[in-house]
Amino acid sequence: MSEQIEMAKAAIEKNCKLNDIDVNLGQLQLSVDPANLILVIDFVKNDPSCEFKQITDIAGVDFPENEKRFEVIYHFLSFRFNLRLRVKTQISEVESLPSITSIFPAANWFEREAFDMYGITFTDHPDLRRILTDYGFEGYPLRKDFPLTGNVEIRYDEIDKKIVHEPVKLQQDFRNFDIQSPWEGTKYLDKEAKESE
Amino acid sequence: MAINTNIEETSPELERLKKLYADKGFVVTSINNLINWARTGSLHWMTFGLACCAVEMMHVGTPRYDVERFGAAPRASPRHADVLIVAGTLTNKMAAALRKAYDQMPEPRYVISMGSCANGGGYYHYSYSVVRGCDRIIPVDVYVPGCPPTAEGLLYGLLQLQKKIRREGNIKR
Repeated sequence: MSEQIEMAKAAIEKNCKLNDIDVNLGQLQLSVDPANLILVIDFVKNDPSCEFKQITDIAGVDFPENEKRFEVIYHFLSFRFNLRLRVKTQISEVESLPSITSIFPAANWFEREAFDMYGITFTDHPDLRRILTDYGFEGYPLRKDFPLTGNVEIRYDEIDKKIVHEPVKLQQDFRNFDIQSPWEGTKYLDKEAKESE
Repeated sequence: MAINTNIEETSPELERLKKLYADKGFVVTSINNLINWARTGSLHWMTFGLACCAVEMMHVGTPRYDVERFGAAPRASPRHADVLIVAGTLTNKMAAALRKAYDQMPEPRYVISMGSCANGGGYYHYSYSVVRGCDRIIPVDVYVPGCPPTAEGLLYGLLQLQKKIRREGNIKR
């Protein structure tokens, strides 16, 4: 298997424009620019020493402190060589990525999910709309600046005979329990005890 | 081992009924009692399985717990059902469908809210996409606590609902 990894790595290094290539825990990991993404993915799918024919997932990560805020990670599987591959790329909030649905039709819903959760747009996507959240939902829930409880809640209105959306009004605020170590006690309690002494 | 088919032990109430029936050829009861008997004895439930609670709800219908001995059979359509069991997390997107299913049920209709999520949002109470209790969407008769409740728990909830119907004791719902 390590032989196969080296072969695939050499082929990708030779033929693709990469920022970085690495083998981590027996899995290949590439970092590419958005502009080269389509070429790289097309290459790893069709090259006889790679054959990453299956897309496992497309993941998004939000790093609000970075200039290029979003990282998009494509996961592939080569069942010919029993290899896995991750392709990472970074974009800012205003940029968009090229859609890979022309190469992997299965990426369609993954890209829709990334759009739904992070607001990452994909150019040339056949049907880029929300996939999981409620109809008429506003905001991108997996962004770090999205509030946990969202902005609206729903109830059925007996007078209007329909479901209405209202601003969130919690009966009890969210409590962040410090349960790191139940036997040593929580840190904030120690602090409070010291202050009272 | 021979099975005793001659059941001698019966309740005094049944003895009285038998005597009445043998004597006159009919028995008399109030219309309320008759209707309550009919209602509690055929609580057909509409399956509204939304999450892991649905698995426990399925168990209730299988021979091990056998809810059908109380006359409650699963129905796939709300138009055939008397009781709606909300089993699982109700999301904002599903809420309209739940209300629609409830609106299609014929009167008298009852609702059992099953599990923490349906009762009050449960684990997902602070989520942006979950309804904090299905009673925000439809009126609920019986709340069954648990995460998920055991099949016995749900069965007990159904018996509580029967009790509630009997206690109401009127035709009008």
